Amino acid sequence: MKREPPQSIADYGPLFFPAGMLLIFFVVPFGTMIAVSFFQRQEGGFYTPAFVFSNYERFLSAFFGGVLGFSLMLAVTVAICCVVLALPFTYLLSRLSRRLQVIWLVGLLSVLSLSEVIIGFAWSTLLSRTAGLSNLFVKIGLLDQPVALFPSFGAVLTGMVYQALPYTILVLYPAIVRLDPTLMEAARTLGSSPIRAFFNVLVPALRNTIMATLIMVFIFALGSYLLPQILGRPQHWTLSVLITDQAIYQSNMPFAAAMAVFLVLVTLGLVALTLLIGRKGEKA
Amino acid sequence: MSGLVLNNVSKQFGTFTAVDNVHLSVPHGTFVCLLGPSGCGKTTLLRIIAGLEDPTNGTILLDGADITDVPTHRRNLGMVFQSLALFPHLSVGENIAYPLRIRGAAREEQKKRVDELLTLIHLPGYGDRPVSKLSGGQRQRVAIARALALSPKIFLLDEPLSALDAKLREAMQVELRQLQQKLGITTIVVTHDQREAMTMADTVVVMNGGHIRQAAPPIEIYRKPADTFVADFIGSTNLIETKADSSGAATIFGQRVTGLALPAGAQKATISVRPEDVHLTAPGNGAIDGTVTFVRDLGGTIETFVEAGGQQIVAVSTPRERPEVTAGQAVGIVLSPDVCVVLKQ
Ligand SMILES: Nc1ncnc2c1ncn2[C@@H]1O[C@H](COP(=O)(O)OP(=O)(O)O)[C@@H](O)[C@H]1O
Ligand SMILES: [Mg+2]
Repeated sequence: MKREPPQSIADYGPLFFPAGMLLIFFVVPFGTMIAVSFFQRQEGGFYTPAFVFSNYERFLSAFFGGVLGFSLMLAVTVAICCVVLALPFTYLLSRLSRRLQVIWLVGLLSVLSLSEVIIGFAWSTLLSRTAGLSNLFVKIGLLDQPVALFPSFGAVLTGMVYQALPYTILVLYPAIVRLDPTLMEAARTLGSSPIRAFFNVLVPALRNTIMATLIMVFIFALGSYLLPQILGRPQHWTLSVLITDQAIYQSNMPFAAAMAVFLVLVTLGLVALTLLIGRKGEKA
Repeated sequence: MSGLVLNNVSKQFGTFTAVDNVHLSVPHGTFVCLLGPSGCGKTTLLRIIAGLEDPTNGTILLDGADITDVPTHRRNLGMVFQSLALFPHLSVGENIAYPLRIRGAAREEQKKRVDELLTLIHLPGYGDRPVSKLSGGQRQRVAIARALALSPKIFLLDEPLSALDAKLREAMQVELRQLQQKLGITTIVVTHDQREAMTMADTVVVMNGGHIRQAAPPIEIYRKPADTFVADFIGSTNLIETKADSSGAATIFGQRVTGLALPAGAQKATISVRPEDVHLTAPGNGAIDGTVTFVRDLGGTIETFVEAGGQQIVAVSTPRERPEVTAGQAVGIVLSPDVCVVLKQ
């Protein structure tokens, strides 16, 4: 079938709705945020329209640089942990019977319905000294006495991985199910053990999906602001925590907006870089 | 004995029996075709041999050693899948080199073997191409080369030519057979195309409903089918009821056929007569009476449909021996005893 180029305004009709949605729900809020980031803050929680760079200048300090670095490192770690855990899990899931697969997927979906707050408090209990998992370890003789496993970086990481894992699995699942199962079998007939076949057939064949999933989880994790507060110490707070703090508790909207804009730009830059490297690798 | 032996092999999926008590021995260097209608268990049997499916029952021996519990990757076999299963992320050369890489072969050795195999499959210089840029026939050859890279003991192919167009398929059948003879490798091919089986195989194994119905050389399958299924499945045939008369002699439609013997003690049997073995003469004189209902003259062959004893019998003849008959004419059917194959019940 040959498609004709659009002739009149009406031919662009199907685009109006998504374009409108994009405008209302993305362009307008983001534009507002960029504008606010240049506004002048007034004492007492208000701001007046202006065009000043002071909000960005304040951000360019060692403290905020450190927080930004930590946020990016945390998000990357969460993304890698999630994909490393989800890949073998989803592959094994795809080989179960239809019925078991549905049960697992429904279970994972129900984890998605948990709010960040519930996840945070559940893990803080599980990792606490009085009622936590360490009591169990004492029972089975792994530890001498119960210890508090939170607040700590490990606790933040655990909570965030727990939260992002269902997304990761649900994103990987369709690609893995669609992958021709005879590819793995062929690898086995060619002398590859199942584990080696997983690494040198399945992983490379799913390269693009894995890349996209890493980026998705990375961005998802960057936005997390409750878990670092509930499960971490102040040095484990991410930029999102500071943005929330500035916007809500310090009532400094212009500064919060500037940080948010900066975070978005850095994120976009990193994603573009990743895609570029991926493209290069493809050609080689 | 040397070669592959299947003893008593069965495979159940739940309550469904896909392969039922199969005995098969494949001597070293032979070409075997598993032939049968769709769903008869051919692929399952091939996968059991490959170790991709565990048999519910039975044992598999290779050169006398029991390999039933040996995992696929240690069985030293090459397999071509129906989907070909070429690795999309690797080039043609890397696909063929994959098994060598897994074995840790040196780079130069890999390259040498890949070049050797590319020449063997008539695709020299294709090593650097991406798999996606190949035609169907070329992919087929690459899959074959990859499966042969380690010079396996057994070469398994699941409907390898079914995706190709008719002309290419015929050419590839001949090529595959020649390749097998050149390498002298034990080869088992699954197919549902009898022409393909007859072209390539030393032994045709006809399967139905998970059972092996007959395993024999192609011409014997055609000339001496074991039962009605095989007779009907391979080529076309006339299945005719034979009864014993009071003196014990075999009769067809009440007419005694001299020289035809029923199995000892049997009162009736079904015989198979190939259309080209049915001879038409003038009625009477000991021939079976019939009436011509239709003559289909195809130029190269002439099919004559004759009604006899309430049944339709087809006779095929060449234009040289053109029977001078027209529809409605009474004729005599002569079946010489040596072309009547008595089938198992
Ligand atoms: N993994 C499986 N689970 C359940 N049934 C199966 C499975 N594999 C094959 N079968 C069934 O076994 C029968 C034989 O299948 P198969 O060996 O693929 O037939 P063929 O290759 O001769 O067409 C089919 O009826 C099929 O539905
Ligand atoms: Mg099949």
